[in-house]
Amino acid sequence: MTDTTLEFAPAAEPLEKNYLNEETTLWSWLTTTDHKRIGILYTLSITFFFFIGGLAIGVVRLELMTPHADIVSAEAYNRLFSLHGIIMVWFFLVPSIPTTLGNFLVPMMIGAHDVAFPRLNLLSWYLFMLGALFTLYVLIAGGVDTGWTFYTPLSTSYATGHVAAAAAGVFVAGFSTIATGVNFVATIHMLRAPGMTWFRLPLFVWSMYAVSLVMLLATPVLAMTLLLIFAERVFGMPVFDPAQGGDPLLFQHLFWFYSHPAVYIMILPAMGVVSEIFTCFARRRIFGYTFMVYALLAIAVVGFMVWGHHMFVAGQSALADLVFSFLSFIVAVPSAIKVFNWTATLYRGQISFEAPMLYAMGFLALFTLGGLTGLHLASVPLDIHLHDTYFVIAHFHFIMVGGTVSAFLGGIHYWWPKFTGRMYPESWARFAAITMSIGFITTFLPQYVMGYAGMPRRYQIYLPQFQIYHVISSVGAMILAVAYIMPLLYLGWSLLYGRRAGSNPWGATGLEWQTSSPPPKENFHGTPRVVEGPYVYHDAETASGSEQAAPRPQGAHR
Amino acid sequence: MIGFSDVPEISQYASAIDVKFIVLTALTGAMGILVFVLVIVFSIRYRRGSPASRAPLPRWMQRDVEIGWTVATLFTFLFVFWWMAGAQLSALAQPKTNFEIHIEAKQWMWKVEQPNGAREINAIHVPANTDVRLIMTSDDVIHSLFLPALRIKRDVLPGRYTYLWFKAQRPGTYNFMCTQFCGTDHARMIGHFVVMTPEDYARWSMAQPETDDLAREGARLFVSFGCSGCHAPGSRVHAPDLHGLYGRQIPLDGGGFVTADETYIRDCILLNKHIPAGYPPVMPHFQGVVNEEQVTSLLAYIRSLSAEQQGASR
Amino acid sequence: MSDSATILREPWPNIERQRYGAAFGIWIFLVTEMLFFGALFLNYAVNRSLHPEAFRIASHETDIVYGTANTLILLTSSLVMTLAERVAAANWRRLALTCLIVTASLGLAFLVVKGFEYSDDLSKGLLPGPNFALEPPSTQLFWGLYWIMTVVHAIHLTVGIGLVVWLSVLIARRVVPLGTTASEVISLYWHFVDVIWLTVYALIYLPGVA
Repeated sequence: MTDTTLEFAPAAEPLEKNYLNEETTLWSWLTTTDHKRIGILYTLSITFFFFIGGLAIGVVRLELMTPHADIVSAEAYNRLFSLHGIIMVWFFLVPSIPTTLGNFLVPMMIGAHDVAFPRLNLLSWYLFMLGALFTLYVLIAGGVDTGWTFYTPLSTSYATGHVAAAAAGVFVAGFSTIATGVNFVATIHMLRAPGMTWFRLPLFVWSMYAVSLVMLLATPVLAMTLLLIFAERVFGMPVFDPAQGGDPLLFQHLFWFYSHPAVYIMILPAMGVVSEIFTCFARRRIFGYTFMVYALLAIAVVGFMVWGHHMFVAGQSALADLVFSFLSFIVAVPSAIKVFNWTATLYRGQISFEAPMLYAMGFLALFTLGGLTGLHLASVPLDIHLHDTYFVIAHFHFIMVGGTVSAFLGGIHYWWPKFTGRMYPESWARFAAITMSIGFITTFLPQYVMGYAGMPRRYQIYLPQFQIYHVISSVGAMILAVAYIMPLLYLGWSLLYGRRAGSNPWGATGLEWQTSSPPPKENFHGTPRVVEGPYVYHDAETASGSEQAAPRPQGAHR
Repeated sequence: MIGFSDVPEISQYASAIDVKFIVLTALTGAMGILVFVLVIVFSIRYRRGSPASRAPLPRWMQRDVEIGWTVATLFTFLFVFWWMAGAQLSALAQPKTNFEIHIEAKQWMWKVEQPNGAREINAIHVPANTDVRLIMTSDDVIHSLFLPALRIKRDVLPGRYTYLWFKAQRPGTYNFMCTQFCGTDHARMIGHFVVMTPEDYARWSMAQPETDDLAREGARLFVSFGCSGCHAPGSRVHAPDLHGLYGRQIPLDGGGFVTADETYIRDCILLNKHIPAGYPPVMPHFQGVVNEEQVTSLLAYIRSLSAEQQGASR
Repeated sequence: MSDSATILREPWPNIERQRYGAAFGIWIFLVTEMLFFGALFLNYAVNRSLHPEAFRIASHETDIVYGTANTLILLTSSLVMTLAERVAAANWRRLALTCLIVTASLGLAFLVVKGFEYSDDLSKGLLPGPNFALEPPSTQLFWGLYWIMTVVHAIHLTVGIGLVVWLSVLIARRVVPLGTTASEVISLYWHFVDVIWLTVYALIYLPGVA
């Protein structure tokens, strides 16, 4: 793929200078502008927040084993699920893949030495940590009991918790998201290696580009909305207050204008990750590369126009209901196309089932189940019954946890040798991947059923007929917890004792595999030159004829 | 889901929703199974080193297949949309009914006023086979009234009115609950929804403590708050006559029209928001003077003025 | 704008591309800023269409004199900022520095005028809350938005002043040469804050005299 030739590094290679051993002091990590180190910093941070958020929901699931209040008070229960939502959405899911895998891989995949603005990248991590740690402190020390949605006028006038402080924390973290978005867009536009044309970009890079656009256009609206909440709660400015004629629904419109695209911030990167994994382990070009690219962009664009489907019962006009329902069906089409394309990529492949592939297949199954139930929720008459029940909970957990977290873990395993220079223990990883899917389905499948049966969300005490589903769900959550803790242990172990990985243990294409593992500080010795499209896993003549995949003369770039 | 013991469906509407749910689940289930079967078959047939043929695909195939399933998915989804939207539009038609129950949600209870003025807390009694309309508002935050047995819910907002309507058919005791998170005791905002035969309902309703019905209560307030000083037909102040106001199109001072529904009248009383064309903006606002229950009574009175007039004109 | 004006940093292949990249970056950032203010302006539009009468009454209380004076000040500052850019391109050091200082001073003048206006508003009881001076209640919505819009804009302007002062100090101490990428980025930001003010002016002050 490049003219920095494919060298399989000898075992002694990690003694070479790489980004990890270049400098080893804590200070060198805290002041680094190396995108790879910032990626690692982010990985450690969001892993921490993931387990905090998980701990909170662990207590909630334990509480829900019985229909009565057993362990915590009503107020504590509300604070726990609010903590879970706020932490998981803003400090795990939104930054998850972009800031970790994205930071590490985007410059490497396009053959750049770093992101466009390395210091801004470091600043974004500090903003993230500032916002996240402050919010975490507020959530634990003071508590917020509005849920992650901050609906007015509950959040502005009635809630007892520290809403304003939490809003301020999320506000700050929002700027870290914007900084990441600016960086990725500029990087992908300006720093592609010679020959790396737009339609030779790996799909992961395309997904990062699409997600950056969504981040840039959606996050500022959230920032302003949180600022208005802050102004109303702290300074008494009437903005959404119905007593002065303010419109609480306006808050919901502004909030979902961010928060629905935020769902795509979470899932688009996951789609990018599994595209890389499927092609590598099926030894196959991606089926319909151009369609995959346009599907990503279509999801990003149409995703901005469907926010009203969160408000079918909120009292917006029937016409608005109709339009948003229509657009929600339309946005499902590109997602369906992607699922079909991944399936077709397997056709006539040479498939093997290492852990990343198992995670990717878990993603495919769970994302499909979650995506299809999205059609129920896009239908106005059905949503009127299902809205704010466990059906919705199950739906978005299938997408965000079944989808995004599976893909995140798959990506971590897939690029682990590149990050660390070591292999993870394969059989443990396969076991964890399968356990995760089983645990996930046990947890969330019953929630679809009880949702249709009328179990509302955010209820600590519930009608006794729902207990059986809650118990199954809680047992599943325990399995899920084990499946999440396992990688932490064996990946940690492999840091010290893992087998050394060569530069390209999977025999994958892509520029990131053409340099040593772990990569040197400047990523590549020299500038790579790209002469063909991504995913050249089988001979050119068997490559069922994608025009973009055809080799182009060198120097066609720019 | 039909016959699922926890989700009795007690109206025609609810049964129709169940059918839609089942058909859509079957349709999406078929799509899901198609994908799963293909993935499993490919995984076995094309596992690494298997003898299956990997001959190159013809060039035309990729594009045609891609366009094929894109169009197929698009049309399937459009069909589902059309089918669901049809149901949504037919459910929009509010029945003509005088059986109106006022519901006021507050942290963390439901206050219910029957058409005859009887009051209940966390319980709604309705007669079976009767069109019922709920007129709902909130005292504080946003709540949402969910009637699982009828498959309907609607958010209950402060500062405006929202509506639900239904015709329950099977007598029995069911649940209703709040589904919009509303603070500490959100999970306790749950009540009994009792459907009775019309005879039982009449008996139950007679047994309730005697109170004025809402319109009569409203007429009393109309005088005591001084509204009648300007709005009574014989008044010398130039203020709109409220007979026949409800439901009419009102021209506004700044141009444009607005329908005089509950929210409009409420805004006029509390916020003095809309000035009808041709009247000076002299009315004081009653924010903080008139409470939610009193607004409800005044509304009932103003509505009754229009009902009288309709009766008279017929 | 000579190529030697800026240090080449990782990961850029050459100075020209680096400069282009910085401008590209700030434009993307300004797009996000537009959406940030866009949410606020949308709020104004919705509330004004819901409460036309209250907004008419409320906007009469704004002081067009302060508003217009500030608009003139800010427009002049943008002009001077552009002059600074042009003069720097011609390498007239002293004049460029003077222009930057005038720009920052005009920014400060804006804040001072704003301060007088705020104290007038406060004495007229125009801060939303229990002692608010106007009727009906929804006039408070207008004044709530007035305070939020102007304060958020003033914060942006303060950041801008800080950046301009920082740039002129660096240039005066010859830490950076004239016409750096930073000055281009800062001037774009300055103009943006100016444009936001024009919108705020149209929404807050002009309806009162219409």
